[in-house]
Amino acid sequence: MSAVIFFVAAIAAIAGAVGVITLKNPFYSVLALVCHLLALATLFLLLYAQFVAAAQVIIYAGAVMVLYVFVVAYVGGDDTSLRETTGALRVLAPIFAGVLLVELALAVLGSGLSAVDSHGARIGAGFGTPGQIGQLFLTTFLLPFELASILLLVAAIGAVALARRRRGIDLADEPVPPGLHAPRPAYTGTMAEGVGDRHAAVEPTERVGIAPGGER
Amino acid sequence: MDIGWYLVVSAIIFAIGVTGVLTKRNPLVVLLCLELMLNAGNLALIAFSRMWGNGDGQVFAIVVMVVAAAEVTVGLGLIVAIFRRRLPIDVDELRELQG
Repeated sequence: MSAVIFFVAAIAAIAGAVGVITLKNPFYSVLALVCHLLALATLFLLLYAQFVAAAQVIIYAGAVMVLYVFVVAYVGGDDTSLRETTGALRVLAPIFAGVLLVELALAVLGSGLSAVDSHGARIGAGFGTPGQIGQLFLTTFLLPFELASILLLVAAIGAVALARRRRGIDLADEPVPPGLHAPRPAYTGTMAEGVGDRHAAVEPTERVGIAPGGER
Repeated sequence: MDIGWYLVVSAIIFAIGVTGVLTKRNPLVVLLCLELMLNAGNLALIAFSRMWGNGDGQVFAIVVMVVAAAEVTVGLGLIVAIFRRRLPIDVDELRELQG
């Protein structure tokens, strides 16, 4: 039974991965990756990693993929003008990947580790439960745990700093065309407003005026 | 199933991800293929964790997921910033940092 589940999930995972790189529309690529992640979570369950499987479904297939879908919808998923890369890399890349696959397969099959050909060591009842993972995180791996939280904080701040509306760059580069008004005062929601820079926050309000199609 | 099967599946997924990273020009799809490679690494980590019967590999798989989430956040922020400045969303043309 577990062999059947393994093969179904493995084929689904590989098919999802192939779909990510073959589908032309990035939106469908994201959906293929969601299928891939769900199949991978099934494989994790077969390996008695219940907590990681749940985290995979909730964090990856849930949160991260929703972020992808939002960005694809924002940027515009039309990939018709962006086909695959040209030149020598187009031919060489699959060859590289094939060589890498053969090398990895050789490394797995020729490793001489007898445990690779077994079903794995005997495991206790609590293997892979949140309790065991939490205990490891708070005892043996306390430093990686804290570093991971700092990394998440840095990434969140960095993403806000990268993607927010900037004063000097965006507005100077592209003046607002006549007839196209900002739907809300400029600087709304920026750092300048947050720290109480009233001058910056108030100054451009004369541009306010809701024009039809003024989404910007 | 033998642990070796899981490792072979992991190797196949990793190779597919490498192909995508090398051939795709849309940075969104390149990020997706990076996710594929990280997930292949996760599968191998969890297979080894099952092989030795202790949970260290699962802990590192969760750390890899945290790193992937951070990478996605910053990468998508960069793509949104590129889009705002009306630059081409094409990794072959964004080469000003190439020196």
